[in-house]
Amino acid sequence: MHDTDTASSPTPVIEIEALHKRFGQLDVLKGINLRLARGEKVVIIGPSGSGKSTLLRCTNYLEAPTSGHVRLDGTLFGERLVNGRHMRMSERELAAQRRHVGMIFQSFYLWPHLTARQNVAIAPEKVFGMKRKDALELADALLAKVHLSEKRDVYPERLSGGQQQRVAIARALAQEPRLILFDEPTSALDPELVGEVLKVIEELAAEGRSMMLVTHEIRFAAHVADRIIFMDWGVIVEEGAPDEILRRPQTERARNFLSQLEMK
Amino acid sequence: MFAAALLGGAVVTIQITLGAFLLAFLLGLLLAVIDSMRVMLLRALVATYVEVFRNVPALTLLFIIYFGLAQVGIRLQPIPAAIIGLGLGGGAVLTEVFRAAFRALHQGQREAALAVGMTPMMAIRHIILPQAWRVVLPPLGNYAVALLKETSVASAIAAPEIMFYARQLVTRTFETPLVYAMTSLLYLAMTVPMAHVVWRLEQRRRWA
Repeated sequence: MHDTDTASSPTPVIEIEALHKRFGQLDVLKGINLRLARGEKVVIIGPSGSGKSTLLRCTNYLEAPTSGHVRLDGTLFGERLVNGRHMRMSERELAAQRRHVGMIFQSFYLWPHLTARQNVAIAPEKVFGMKRKDALELADALLAKVHLSEKRDVYPERLSGGQQQRVAIARALAQEPRLILFDEPTSALDPELVGEVLKVIEELAAEGRSMMLVTHEIRFAAHVADRIIFMDWGVIVEEGAPDEILRRPQTERARNFLSQLEMK
Repeated sequence: MFAAALLGGAVVTIQITLGAFLLAFLLGLLLAVIDSMRVMLLRALVATYVEVFRNVPALTLLFIIYFGLAQVGIRLQPIPAAIIGLGLGGGAVLTEVFRAAFRALHQGQREAALAVGMTPMMAIRHIILPQAWRVVLPPLGNYAVALLKETSVASAIAAPEIMFYARQLVTRTFETPLVYAMTSLLYLAMTVPMAHVVWRLEQRRRWA
């Protein structure tokens, strides 16, 4: 237990400490420090190449950090301390941790050989050990929650992008995650489909879930975020309440970025 | 009548084909899975095996296994030697087939599987293999047809398959055109139906 914080602040659901990530010669993340309290919603904005996606992917260890640490509810994620040294966990231990973090990808990545219902039910059955019947019931309930009950026996290729993404959200919810990561969930969608997905995300936010969201939908960010983080070139340049960041950006770079978005 | 001898040979041809196919299939699948584990050393070993066994002729492999091993004290019967030799060569071919099938599946699906709490092994079992299966059937079928024809090299190490008997018959009866015409028909009788099945499989693809 790592509840050594001050008496008034409980363990953050995610704590990212001095995170660096380098790909070959390129430093993509140059020292990120971030804490997310339980139930908090953080939206990360910034130009392409700023490392936003990489940050999310390091949070559930789809990418291993070059240095720095991630802690989920106070416990080291992806590595363990052995005699004072940090060693990467085994695949099995890593999988057991990832189970608690849901991830929504820009390109959905539904599994094409499974129906919507099966996409949602397979992890509960094969990974969490639920009985098939219970897993299917859970899938049905979650598909109803994302307003897709009538599509449950349809294969992903016959679903629109917005529908696929909602199935992907249901799939992540099936993990009963402590934290949900959204990597540009609507960026690959036709404009008229964006709304239905944002609506679902908004509903999840209202339920008090902990969320980290990377998006270009600034208005949505303003609406849903407790805190907005502006990233550029692998560092956090500014962070604060939506109002502050969006209306009164302190830094030049943030101002430039936001004014560029206004023009679109 | 020639037919009896040739048909007897056909049985052995089929035995060798089935044995070598099974060996090649298991090897190919195993090595492709190992390759997907991204351990540099293992991938290098797999790549070496594939390069060597794809580029050495089947006949050479068979001679090494049948005659070469006999020199160091390992004496194999012709049929097992043929199965091992052809199977090793086929394993190299099928490793590539399975690897291509795994690659054809978008990397993202694997990541989504990991994100949901599956280990890489589970991702292979539940997500990759069920899909790779479909992609892999036509090339497997093509390999099987090619393999059946390739078993003819086993005649050189005295495996009692079709070509072995065919050549014996010709030596004894000098009925060269007749014997080889019948031999060809016999091969066709086996390969044409197989090729048709492969064609049907290729038509049935549900998704690219």
